[in-house]
Amino acid sequence: MIDFELSEGIQNTRNMVHMLAENMMRPSARQYDEGEHGDKPWDFINMMWEDAKRRNRARFEAQKGAKKEAKSDKPSENAVMFANVIEELSWGDCGLYLNMGGGLGVAAVEAVGTPEQKERFLKRFTEGEPKWGAMAITEANAGSDTAAITTTAVRDGDEWVLNGEKIFVTSGKAAVVDSEGFVVVWATLDRSAGRAGIKSFIVEHGTPGMTVTKLEKKLGIRASDTCTIVFEDCRIPFNNILGSPEVQKKDSTSGFKGAMATFDATRPMVAASALGIGRAAIDFVKEEFQNRGIQIRYGISPYRMTAVEREVQQMEANLQAARLLTWRACWMMDQRQRNNLEASMAKAKAGLAVTLVTQKAVELLGPLGYSRELLLEKWMRDGKINDLFEGTGQINMLIVARRVLDYTREQLK
Amino acid sequence: MVSFDLSDDQRMISETVKKFALNEMRAIYRDCDEKGTIPPEFVSKAWELFLIPNNIPEAYGGVGEPRSVVTSTIIAEELAYGDFSLAVCALAPATVVYPLIEFGTEEQKQKYLPMFCEEQFKAAAAALMEPRIDFDLPSMKTTAALKGSEYVINGEKCLVPLAADAQVILVYAQTDASAGAKGVQAFLVDKGTAGMELGEREKNMGIKALDTRKVTFKDCRVPKANRLGGDAGCDTAKLINYTYIGLAAMATGVSKAAFEYARDYAKEREAFGEPIASRQAIAFMLAEMAIEVDATRLLAWEAAWRLDKGLDCDREAYLAKQYAAEKVLMITDRAVQILGGHGYIREHPVELWLRNGRGFATFEGLVTA
Repeated sequence: MIDFELSEGIQNTRNMVHMLAENMMRPSARQYDEGEHGDKPWDFINMMWEDAKRRNRARFEAQKGAKKEAKSDKPSENAVMFANVIEELSWGDCGLYLNMGGGLGVAAVEAVGTPEQKERFLKRFTEGEPKWGAMAITEANAGSDTAAITTTAVRDGDEWVLNGEKIFVTSGKAAVVDSEGFVVVWATLDRSAGRAGIKSFIVEHGTPGMTVTKLEKKLGIRASDTCTIVFEDCRIPFNNILGSPEVQKKDSTSGFKGAMATFDATRPMVAASALGIGRAAIDFVKEEFQNRGIQIRYGISPYRMTAVEREVQQMEANLQAARLLTWRACWMMDQRQRNNLEASMAKAKAGLAVTLVTQKAVELLGPLGYSRELLLEKWMRDGKINDLFEGTGQINMLIVARRVLDYTREQLK
Repeated sequence: MVSFDLSDDQRMISETVKKFALNEMRAIYRDCDEKGTIPPEFVSKAWELFLIPNNIPEAYGGVGEPRSVVTSTIIAEELAYGDFSLAVCALAPATVVYPLIEFGTEEQKQKYLPMFCEEQFKAAAAALMEPRIDFDLPSMKTTAALKGSEYVINGEKCLVPLAADAQVILVYAQTDASAGAKGVQAFLVDKGTAGMELGEREKNMGIKALDTRKVTFKDCRVPKANRLGGDAGCDTAKLINYTYIGLAAMATGVSKAAFEYARDYAKEREAFGEPIASRQAIAFMLAEMAIEVDATRLLAWEAAWRLDKGLDCDREAYLAKQYAAEKVLMITDRAVQILGGHGYIREHPVELWLRNGRGFATFEGLVTA
């Protein structure tokens, strides 16, 4: 049955996270934006880490149990829950949210790692100090075109030897310098094999031959580090190739496909983050208007409606449309349905919506919107990342187009 | 718990109506638009689907299925996917029946509901809009003044579908000018009531198959008992929300029709040796259209779900309708664009969908979910 009501569990969690966002994130949002590459927001990170450890423990245990009973295809509401948590955290502050322990590398190991790899790499997220697991895909000449990556992995006895340069690694420094984390690196075994040659590898913090060479200065999400990592004859154990033995065959694209499939899980979460930032901007604009006695009237003639009312209504409808598309993509994931199309729809829509909504919010509040004394201008800068990372708006439109046209990559380039 | 699953019943009814749309509506809609008529055989066939009597309580001759606004939304979308004019015609009686089911007095239900359970289609319509640029509910100019045991209605309405045949028209009128939107109430005006004058058939840009009229009320007297809900009246804002959702759903149907047609055309039409769909300029338009068809549907569903749950819905229903009106125009216009010059020719349906799609920003009260 069609239902838009969040379960009680999700509502309670959401309310809790909202309090936290308001009290622990908002007050320091500006400080860590201005203090780019400075101190990490340890208070916040440590607090979130305590909670994350508990949740990770429960989740990893549940997954192990589920595997044994072969019931991992049972529906859940995990993705809808995550989306709501991420929306609230991003409402608080997207930069701080991205700075939390864990990360996309963890999600990748969780999604496609072997039981041995999960044991070896995930346990650390249930204990001790905060840690990060980053994902290194992008290269200077390979962004959305992941098949074009040139970082190589060559087998040498019981080891892999990695060479190449990765850019735009979110929380890369946190993963390999600031903590006992790891980074999941995409590399090719054989460039001539194309996609089939691309595999992902787990590189531990402190592995010789891996160096963080540059911290990017960014438009927004400045609280979160984005770095360049160079691999120079970087040796890792043979078993650090991510996934099942099947993945390790040179002629199999299952590794690449598996890695691409994780996007179906992460894109709705990026969309959820966009929703949080967009909502922060709309909430703020409406509150500011209300304080000034400006009402937003619904259901009146366009003849009587002010330009401002129309703008705010369009912002609201746009963001809600993005939210429902996002929830749908998450719900499908929870139902174990393939959501490749819906995930890209949500991501494309939400990335665009947050961009438009935050830009409009800055415009509507005039000099207040432009001032660094308020957070609106920051939200506009932060929001834009959601239209870029985990696939730009355009690459997601391309995926949607291919799916609705039933076209292959060759048919629609 | 959040779910995007239709119930088995909803899936079945959606498939039935879609099949009807493709077989019965798509076969005749162009002809209906050109000739400006809707064949009675079509109206009978649509009536045989029993969409409206299905929700009328058994006591008045109906099937007695409880109302679900979400289900109505699904039906409205599929019918409009067939054709918007024909859909409005087929569902026009609902604009009287559904308000009666929810707010009618026992006497009103007994008087009116049985005729909509008969085998023969009986026309009925709502008269909400007024022919002026600043029309909205708070500024309703048509008035209903209580004089003794009668209400005296004065004013002018437009875009009243099937007005000429309607056995009864639900007329929205202001009972208390100082109360704004809250003063607007609905009145049951029977066919042939003195003081109700039907205008010439309106000439519209779209929905040309549909007979719509101006209806003028000059000291039109109806018994006090004809006020919907009697002395208690009705929640007009809620009724308007149903109409917003109905329109949003129908806009989704028109959008879906245009998107699918443009998609299929773009895959077949070749230029420079390959289908035009293999060019990003076209493919990205189609991707955006696909996203917005889903987005408008979900907004309509959410608003409908809120009404079913008894939640406040003024903002959601209005925004769903506004959003749908904006997107159906974008999507139908894109469809014309993708077909290029062919899109402008009346041999293809997209120009008709653009004309119909343009109406949603204007329409109010024509249909209900």
